Amino acid sequence: MTWDAETVKMLLEGIRDTLYMVLFSTLFGYVLGLPLGILLTVSDRDGIRPRPWLYRILDIVVNILRSVPFLILLILVIPLTRLLVGKSYGSTATIVPLTIAAAPFIARMVESSLKEVDKGVIEAAQSLGAGTRTIIFKVLIGEARTSLLVGVTISLGTILGYSAMAGVVGGGGLGDIAIRYGYYRYETGIMIVTVIVLVALVQILQAIGMMLAKVLDRRRV
Amino acid sequence: MSEKVLTLRGVVKEFEGQTILDGIDLEVEKGEVVVIIGPSGCGKSTLLRCINALEPIQGGEILLQGSPVKAGDKNLPVLRQKIGMVFQSYDLFPHMTIMDNITLAPRKVHKRDKAEVEREAAELLSRVGLADKAKSFPRQLSGGQKQRVAIVRMLIMHPEILLFDEVTAALDPEMVREVLDVMLELAKQGRTMIIVTHEMAFARAVAHRMIFIDEGRIVEEGKPDEFFESPKTERARNFLNMFRFQPASRS
Repeated sequence: MTWDAETVKMLLEGIRDTLYMVLFSTLFGYVLGLPLGILLTVSDRDGIRPRPWLYRILDIVVNILRSVPFLILLILVIPLTRLLVGKSYGSTATIVPLTIAAAPFIARMVESSLKEVDKGVIEAAQSLGAGTRTIIFKVLIGEARTSLLVGVTISLGTILGYSAMAGVVGGGGLGDIAIRYGYYRYETGIMIVTVIVLVALVQILQAIGMMLAKVLDRRRV
Repeated sequence: MSEKVLTLRGVVKEFEGQTILDGIDLEVEKGEVVVIIGPSGCGKSTLLRCINALEPIQGGEILLQGSPVKAGDKNLPVLRQKIGMVFQSYDLFPHMTIMDNITLAPRKVHKRDKAEVEREAAELLSRVGLADKAKSFPRQLSGGQKQRVAIVRMLIMHPEILLFDEVTAALDPEMVREVLDVMLELAKQGRTMIIVTHEMAFARAVAHRMIFIDEGRIVEEGKPDEFFESPKTERARNFLNMFRFQPASRS
């Protein structure tokens, strides 16, 4: 194993690509998953706008998407990836399957956060004449924000794990480096270093998320 | 003749095959204070929750100034703005300051101007003795203070009728008084109120009319003095006796 400037540069680029994939996938994952999670919460039988049939459909769709193994999903969505990005390898292309895998996961996290909000508080808002929109944005999201932020942190960690898996099919980033150099070329040193960097990234993201959650939690004064 | 604010006709509430309310008829006039008492589980809290459609009813009708209050109706939020409710567990929004707790609904629902609403909120807060708490969070307040904030949060919507659901039941004894005093003050102002409570002395002091509910029905109603001095029904008598104590004899 050689620790020349090139290796270091490769690792740094790997970190950059991984963060790029993870942050954008999480962002797009929330663009899809947040409304889906809200819909799941609101349409459930004891939600503020019960629509049992809608809940049932969304519930099944989310479950199906969540049960497809990520590696299989990665391959299954290649046509869509080509359509959207123009190619099926590299870090930008990996954002597509990552987002599709993340969205249903995020929807469930959002759902469980929003359902933690005390029913009494929601009823109080209803008794004040608040409409669905006010209750969703001011009461549900406002009161669940700590839990939602913890959810973001968990999602980032999970998606980081997925992104490394995408290395198997040329996904770019640290996972790609670990597979290509560490695994195929038997450079165990590089593999270990990439794993350590991945662990460090998860730790840092987790620490930032938890710190923010604590700052935003007004209940603990 | 005075104006009817609320009319209940044959209200039936069933839940999982059980009848909780079994044909409740009730009319409340403007400015009237009605106090509902009854044994635990008799349906008195459910009745209040039905009045603003937090619980759907299975029979009868509820009219607020002539408009039907029905769960799932399009204009239900509009009607609910006219029905103020205070809950046993206060249910303040934990992440919002006291000021935001109070001003959320008038700003978002009534679309009123922020500065104007905050002025009114500050005035109401000082009237219940909490002028210095506007920037606090619910966690920092005692139970009695939280309940007074909950009352202010309801009042700022200018409701036509106020519902109080055992609002002192979760409070330590020394805090009960401060909340009851606020309610007495509201009664003096001529507000229309329905109060569910276990505070008998308070009930007698504040009520224009007492209603005794048992097993989902109105068993007895009447003027507070008559009701407490000489209840007509056996069941009401037995219930009231539970609040009386014989002095322990000492030899």
